[in-house]
Amino acid sequence: MIEIKNLSKNFETSDGTVSALSHVNLTIRDGDIYGIIGMSGAGKSTLVRCINMLERPTEGSVVWDGTDLGALDKKEIQQVRHQITMIFQSFNLLMQRTCLENIMLPLKLIHMPRAEAKARASELLETVGLPDKANAYPAQLSGGQRKRFAIARALATEPKVLLCDEATSALDPKTTHAILELIREINRTMGITVIVITHQMSVVQEICNRVAILENGAVVEEGDVSEVFSHPKAAATRALVFPETVDSITEALESGQHIRVIFNGAIASKEPLIAKMAVDCGILASILGASTRSIGDRAYGYMVLGIPGGPEELARAVKYLSGTPDVTVQVEAEYAGTASGKGEAIHG
Amino acid sequence: MGDYIATYYNPEKLAKAWDVIREYFLQETAVTLYITLMSTLFAILIGLPLGVILVTGDSKGIRPLPKPLMAFLNGLINLLRSAPFIILIVVLMPITRAIVGRAVGNAAVIVPLIIAAFPFVARLVEGSLREVNPNIIEMSLSMGASTWQTVTHVMLPESVPSLITSFTTAITTILGYTAMSGAVGGGGLGNLAITQGQQRYNQAVLLAALIVLVILVQVFQSVGTRLARKCDKRLKQ
Repeated sequence: MIEIKNLSKNFETSDGTVSALSHVNLTIRDGDIYGIIGMSGAGKSTLVRCINMLERPTEGSVVWDGTDLGALDKKEIQQVRHQITMIFQSFNLLMQRTCLENIMLPLKLIHMPRAEAKARASELLETVGLPDKANAYPAQLSGGQRKRFAIARALATEPKVLLCDEATSALDPKTTHAILELIREINRTMGITVIVITHQMSVVQEICNRVAILENGAVVEEGDVSEVFSHPKAAATRALVFPETVDSITEALESGQHIRVIFNGAIASKEPLIAKMAVDCGILASILGASTRSIGDRAYGYMVLGIPGGPEELARAVKYLSGTPDVTVQVEAEYAGTASGKGEAIHG
Repeated sequence: MGDYIATYYNPEKLAKAWDVIREYFLQETAVTLYITLMSTLFAILIGLPLGVILVTGDSKGIRPLPKPLMAFLNGLINLLRSAPFIILIVVLMPITRAIVGRAVGNAAVIVPLIIAAFPFVARLVEGSLREVNPNIIEMSLSMGASTWQTVTHVMLPESVPSLITSFTTAITTILGYTAMSGAVGGGGLGNLAITQGQQRYNQAVLLAALIVLVILVQVFQSVGTRLARKCDKRLKQ
């Protein structure tokens, strides 16, 4: 278990002190795939570097299985880093070494005999699915392949925790998916706790069970992914969950009554919900905007519906849709009121 | 022009020059190579670790050293690099005598050459190591590598092609410096060109020495470039 307690980090720059993190509190349990999400400059990278003490916190502590990492000396931290390993956005493979030698690097650092290290590295090449690339150089590989080697290298010392700093940001969607699958598999089969730093909600959605949302160096929301995703409370969370702003959709609308239907793991694929409402209630809703994603056969996300008619139809529609399991309905006017201050540009 | 050729390249002069070439050139080329290679070797032995310290000991390096120490090292390097070699030879005579037992001769040239060249090599090494991607160094530290391990397992191996290029530059520069060895009774092609060529009004000897020196530089440079390219695994083959 990793406990981040009241962690703050300031950087001294020529323009004075800049606060990158302020009073962060998080608990990451063993076996979690924990997502830390935020936009660029939110302090994600600094936070993950504080976990393995690449950055020393200005204040607060990181406690791993009862050990305060901030209190350890240089040698002891080096030992810890064999147990808490890291993969990076930019692969960071040694370009002058073969892939096998890259994977052997952390083993050389712990003075493992060469033959043993070679055997272990070959084993890891199997794990990440590239046994035939042992003698290739990183320059000869695709981005996805390099990422697999970076993962293999991070696993070499049999770590207990894997830190992934924007590990899939530079990859195309298909490769991203494959890499995330691999990380999930590693988490399941080896029981390694994974901390994923990302700016992509889709990454969190795909593999994380817990998530923390970071904004301006502070945690604005934290919890189980399904909970945070279906009932985002903080404005920053909404911006990440629903990349298009509420304003941008509602502004485009003519006058009328709108409701927001939030899918919180509803089995939507079996039930054509909107069509059924038309048949059962005679309400011909139009879909004005939607952002839904399927995880397995369950739908997560939201849909903005325009409801024709008057308040009576609106109430009927809300009642009907609310009756569906794992679906929440909000009347848009009310929703827009709670989501004030979201005018600024927000990117996914 | 015609007068010039008649004065310096007449059959008599050319015959003399040929005698000099036959008698001394092979031996003096060997002396030049000996002085150059020995000086380069020792300049690298001192300059490489110093270059590493310049990078790692920097205030933003992986193991910052006390500021006064870094200022001293940088100052020393700049001082030695700004002193003209011919003056360095003279100033360093007592030190040369203390190290090799005498202040004249081939061995005596090597000492000031090393002292003139190691700061140059240190700066070249510094440049090569600063080219190493900082993300890769961070990766090494994140794996629990010590400073020493980061230098030996990551920084140096990653910069091998660049270091070879730097050392090639060093060896060609040192080769140029050997021409001044005559000032303290050292031999070599440079000395031969001055004593047998310039001082005896035999331009052909000067020219021949120059040609051999140019060939040597070409050989060093093309071997170095080829080696650096061959070692670089960033280029897809």
